[in-house]
Amino acid sequence: MTYDARGLVELDGTVPRVSEIADGRATFDAKDMTTRMINSELRWLLYEEGILDVTIQNPGARHSLAVGILTRCRITFEGSLGYFGLGVNDGPEIHVKGRVGWSVCENMMSGVVVIDGNAGSLTGAAIRGGDLVVRGQVGARTGIDQKGGTIITLGNAGSMTAFMMQRGRQIICGDVGPGLGDSMYDGTLYVGGKVKSLGIDCVPGEWTEADTEFVERKFRIYGLGAPPELQKFVCGKKLYNYDTLEPAERKLVL
Amino acid sequence: MCGIAGLIYMNGRDTIGSDMTRMLQSMKHRGPDSTGYALYRPPADDYVMHVKLADANTPRDFEFADRLRRNRGEVERRLRAAGARISESRDATEYAFTVTFEYDGDLKALADRVEDVSGAEVLSLGHALEIVKDLGDATTVANDYRLDAFEGTHAIGHCRMATESDVDISNAHPYWAYPFSDIAVVHNGQLTNYHQWRRRLERNGLRFQSDCDSEIIAVYLAERMNEGASLEDAMRQSLHELDGVFTYLCVTENALGMAKDELAAKPLVLYESDELVAVASEEIAIRAVVDREIETYDPYEGEVMVWHR
Repeated sequence: MTYDARGLVELDGTVPRVSEIADGRATFDAKDMTTRMINSELRWLLYEEGILDVTIQNPGARHSLAVGILTRCRITFEGSLGYFGLGVNDGPEIHVKGRVGWSVCENMMSGVVVIDGNAGSLTGAAIRGGDLVVRGQVGARTGIDQKGGTIITLGNAGSMTAFMMQRGRQIICGDVGPGLGDSMYDGTLYVGGKVKSLGIDCVPGEWTEADTEFVERKFRIYGLGAPPELQKFVCGKKLYNYDTLEPAERKLVL
Repeated sequence: MCGIAGLIYMNGRDTIGSDMTRMLQSMKHRGPDSTGYALYRPPADDYVMHVKLADANTPRDFEFADRLRRNRGEVERRLRAAGARISESRDATEYAFTVTFEYDGDLKALADRVEDVSGAEVLSLGHALEIVKDLGDATTVANDYRLDAFEGTHAIGHCRMATESDVDISNAHPYWAYPFSDIAVVHNGQLTNYHQWRRRLERNGLRFQSDCDSEIIAVYLAERMNEGASLEDAMRQSLHELDGVFTYLCVTENALGMAKDELAAKPLVLYESDELVAVASEEIAIRAVVDREIETYDPYEGEVMVWHR
């Protein structure tokens, strides 16, 4: 393996073609492969061989794996991923049997991602559709700029969760750090544990039948058992319009 | 961006030098400018001091070698004059060397006398702490300073992407907490009240060798600990008194600590087991020493954790 001046692995365009393929399923061991080799092997399987069920062993916490997958397929990672994994995807169902680092599923359009372990900060940033399920805890700024889809976290979440959220839903079963839903435009947050503090213009919402139906359906789909008692938070819509107050006065009102 | 890493073996010593090199090398993409190590040998009665006499990119004039030789002689003479009994003085590189000596006087006076020699900077001073830092990636620095054979109990390391100050050894991490023995810090982030703190600490008679904001953290913590605070209390206090975004690691003779600011803007991944605790900016660095699937997590905003051995 050769590195360039920035410490990045030299580009290598050749596809390794080392997967074991049987009954429409493929498995390969990523232990001695570079990030680029893993991704090109995956793309070769999905797009050229037409395999729709791929298992990747030993991903070794590497960054930027399985990014930009635009086809319906099933991908299983038998281990942890690093940063920026599973981003800008449209369609795949991905199961990570480990943890993920920062910025997982950034800008996902559709599909399902289930992570067995913890996730870092910026989980599901700018996500537009699909379901993202994290069984462990997530870091700060989960679902920042979320524009659709659902993020379900079974553990705790960090600060500034759902910062500037615009649409979509988040279910957090554990506790949430300070600044929940800060400057959110729209969307719905469900929290099971304690909220350290609400962000600007995030207010408790009124629970309806539709909320119960939604939460129970999602928990049933992913086999998460009975949902805990949840509290609902929505946008207070105070920031929608300008008013004549001075900034300091406005702060008091909010 | 910068990459930081810390490793502490809970029972006994291990190949900490080569372990830290692997951790830092795997994060080279976070910062290729310079690499630094703060390594802890098993504590001894004597002191070990790392001194540099010039920077890696100091212009080489005709008298460069002569001047370094003279200055090194002067450093050793001043150490002896201050009452230190030198047992060993060996070359690390062309412009840096390591002295081992016995001494029982005031460390600040000793460090000040050494740094009064033209071009000299004390990189580290302590019973166990050895700081090695230079330009280049981890493998380059480890080879230049022969770190692969280093056995010790715990270490922190840093690969730097220079953002606020120069690319040279003075501005490389880790920072020794002048003039307090055996304390070092690595930092990923930016401090925004640097000048305030620098002026405050300078008024207390503490010196700064660089323009790097991270140096503040080391000296700040050491001053708090000198006033009687524990490492953990000093770190907690720093969360309120230092502004900016930061995740930093601090090491002392027997402990390793991490602190993360209120915004949680800088990453840190943590792995704990009975044998060792490893922390790093990216999990990939931890996997360089624990090569199997492991359970790791990210500490939350405003968290301080300290591991003692």
